[in-house]
Amino acid sequence: MSTRTNAAPPAGTVDARARRSRQGIAARPAGTASRRARRGRRDLKGYLYVLPAFALFAVFLGVPTLQTLQYSFYDWDGISQATSAGLSNYVGVVTDTALSSAFVHAAVLMIFYSAIPVVLALALTLIVSRAHALRGMSFFRTVLFLPQVIASVVVASIWVSIYSQNGLFNEILRAVGLGDLAKVWLGDYGTALIAIGFVGTWLNIGLCLVLFVSGVGNIQPELFEAARLDGAGPVREFFGITLPALRGQIAVALTLTVVSALKTFDLVYITTRGGPGDSTTVPAFEAYNRAFNQGQVGSAAAVAVVLTIVIIIVTALINLLQPKDVE
Amino acid sequence: MKIGIGEKFVNYVILSIFALFAIIPLIGVLFSSVLPPAKNDGGFHVPTTFAFGNYAAAWTQGRFGTYMFSSILVTVSVVVLTVLLSVLAGFAFARLDFPGSNIIFFVLLAGLMLPAEAFIIPLYFNLRGAGLTNTYASLILPQTAQSLAFGVFWMRNQFRTFPSDVIEAARLDGASDLRLLWQIIVPPTTPSIMTMCVLVSMWTWNEFLTPLIMITDDSKRTAPLGLAFFQGAHLTSYSLLSAAGVIVALPIVILYFLLQKRFINGMVGGISSR
Repeated sequence: MSTRTNAAPPAGTVDARARRSRQGIAARPAGTASRRARRGRRDLKGYLYVLPAFALFAVFLGVPTLQTLQYSFYDWDGISQATSAGLSNYVGVVTDTALSSAFVHAAVLMIFYSAIPVVLALALTLIVSRAHALRGMSFFRTVLFLPQVIASVVVASIWVSIYSQNGLFNEILRAVGLGDLAKVWLGDYGTALIAIGFVGTWLNIGLCLVLFVSGVGNIQPELFEAARLDGAGPVREFFGITLPALRGQIAVALTLTVVSALKTFDLVYITTRGGPGDSTTVPAFEAYNRAFNQGQVGSAAAVAVVLTIVIIIVTALINLLQPKDVE
Repeated sequence: MKIGIGEKFVNYVILSIFALFAIIPLIGVLFSSVLPPAKNDGGFHVPTTFAFGNYAAAWTQGRFGTYMFSSILVTVSVVVLTVLLSVLAGFAFARLDFPGSNIIFFVLLAGLMLPAEAFIIPLYFNLRGAGLTNTYASLILPQTAQSLAFGVFWMRNQFRTFPSDVIEAARLDGASDLRLLWQIIVPPTTPSIMTMCVLVSMWTWNEFLTPLIMITDDSKRTAPLGLAFFQGAHLTSYSLLSAAGVIVALPIVILYFLLQKRFINGMVGGISSR
């Protein structure tokens, strides 16, 4: 269910790295200055190559993004004349409980989408730290990763039936003698948000596990052998070698999962439309609903701007975890 | 590295538990899609008879023929446009030297950080003003723009690592930049281009928000949007809903099983070495 924005820039890709090492070529191309000196000319036709992509990007993404900022300072119902609103739309994000609670819900979703999968997958990696060498690992990788490629609308409709009165979730409760707890989980004020969050856990746990196990596979075995000669147990090995070596993978896992939690829209739209009451509204849903159903375009734009800023800040913070580029 | 039998066993148990956790909801929907509708209460049931007619019923009642056509048209267009424009721009950013290239590149790169909410609201009003909402163009062009941030970055990185001596040799032979690009640089880069294609296909096929906002005409709905409406109209027809869900998810799942290395490397390997 990963989306195209925040697919996060990949630098030395697997393909590229493989090719590079095969041909024994220096990783970093000559800097701009030296390249220019070597070739002795500037290729103004570079603009021609870039123009189609840049024009499309500017018209359909760049300019509208700036317009969102502009809209956020107006009162507009989408039809009649817009009037200036000053900062009131932003004040509304804080004071309007429907909006502030949407951001609180997004924070709750982050626990389920991100914190639980990452921590659980790390704990599991401690146990299956050498699983990458197992026969059949590629089968497990395929299966664990599978939820990521299923359309979110399909995922949502699957979970609607799992959480329904006679669905799998209640079947399991009845099977273990907890049938009294059975309910329509998405229809209950107390459980709907958690039920949505759990779908995120289901989606992301496999992703994190695949990421961490393959990360451990990249650690040089000599490190573990040396640690073992020093008499390190599995726990010290984990905290001394594995965890630091996985910093890059942890940062990637956090970026993908946190951003997917903040951007949650499809799942909420299909499963609850923010209900019951507004117990499952999230910022992306509020932005959509206000702009296209409630005629509050300015307020919707302000929510979108705040959401974008939150995503950029969170991504930047997580990036601090990344080991410095060694390329 | 040798792994003891006990450790192996524990590994397999843990991996199996989580593989089951991932796959049981998906098996459930497969089972549900072939249960006779009268017997399907939304629970997890192993089918004893197979009502494959559910697929035909969902296909016709849900008008999925139309929706799948829209999805295929939009996805193929977005992929083709993205590849063409990304290869051209990526080549320029990696290999040509023109003033301001860094600034332009970072503007494009910023697109990677933006959620759809950052631009979709004014985009809708702009396109409505231009009379473009409710057209395939309103799906194809914005989604191409969204894919370009990734595509240009991806191709630039591939081209940067292309051996310089090969390029210099071709230039000395008098190859024009365009010939150099399409005949010398692109062919060996095909695997990376394929990775980009499968990712862009997946993103475009699965996209929900853009068609939800841009399309009101039933005949132009994409498959996920069609499924959402179908679900709204058949809330408790679990058999039909499941069959419809399988229909919508299947093309990308098949692509995934065929090219899973590209999917996983693109989504995970690529980013992890940032």
